[in-house]
Amino acid sequence: MLAVGLGHYLTVAAILFALGLFGIFLNRKNVIVILMSIELMLLAVTINLVAFSAELNDLVGQIFALFVLTVAAAETAVGLAVLVVYFRNRGSIAVEDVNLMKG
Amino acid sequence: MIVQALAFYLFAFVTVTSAVMVISARNPVHSVLFLISAFFSSAGLFVLLGAEFLAMILIVVYVGAVAVLFMFVVMMLDINFAEMRQGFLQYLPIGGLIGLVLLVELLVVVGGWALAPEAAHSGAAPMPAPGVLSNTHALGELLYTRYVYLFQAAGIVLLVAMIGAIVLTHRQREGVRRQRISDQLRRRAEDSVEVRDVPTGKGI
Repeated sequence: MLAVGLGHYLTVAAILFALGLFGIFLNRKNVIVILMSIELMLLAVTINLVAFSAELNDLVGQIFALFVLTVAAAETAVGLAVLVVYFRNRGSIAVEDVNLMKG
Repeated sequence: MIVQALAFYLFAFVTVTSAVMVISARNPVHSVLFLISAFFSSAGLFVLLGAEFLAMILIVVYVGAVAVLFMFVVMMLDINFAEMRQGFLQYLPIGGLIGLVLLVELLVVVGGWALAPEAAHSGAAPMPAPGVLSNTHALGELLYTRYVYLFQAAGIVLLVAMIGAIVLTHRQREGVRRQRISDQLRRRAEDSVEVRDVPTGKGI
């Protein structure tokens, strides 16, 4: 079925997911890189879904991965729009100041 | 077989290395470029898994739309990136610790996990045998029949995201001349053109 075992794909996805989480902590001041880290985590999830889909011989996993891609694209668009508005108001994109947005 | 294994390790290595560079690059433009590289090599992984359609969608949607959107925003905002790097190392220990714990947990789950033997035959939509239907064809037959409502819902999600992004970033600026189509259409020839008798040699 698979030339390379399912475990290899899951390991790559796990490393990607952990790197995404690590990136969120590492780039606390840069929202753009945080959004990119979220993209990495969603990519890891998609790899997991497709790997299981191929292993279990079931197409539904790929359908679900398609919807994950859709939601990721929507999330990026809205996130970057919020970022642009925030930058217009504050002149910076530091996450520490985001609590000023309330009210 | 050996070629597939080599391709897998190449793509996996490039994906992970690019991901490391995404989160550690000094310049966000480089981060975006490494993100594109990560998406490309994951598309290679998808092809190895037999999901050609998703691989192409990954390139079209992520590289063609999402990464370009990131690139636009990075270049449009005038940000002092050097200032942004301050405190970078401050979060390194705690972030590294949490990332490492998560990675170990995930790897323990992956290592100590076994597939039930009958699970491979109990799928909701069995994949067609190679040569009967292409991956794209099979996905389409499933997506437009059994999952058509979810497909429509995904379209609504995209529509809402589009409207939300436009509403958020649209602004009315003062002192900008803009086209008012209703005014243009309401205008008649008699409003703007006047026929006058001009006396010879005198002008108006």
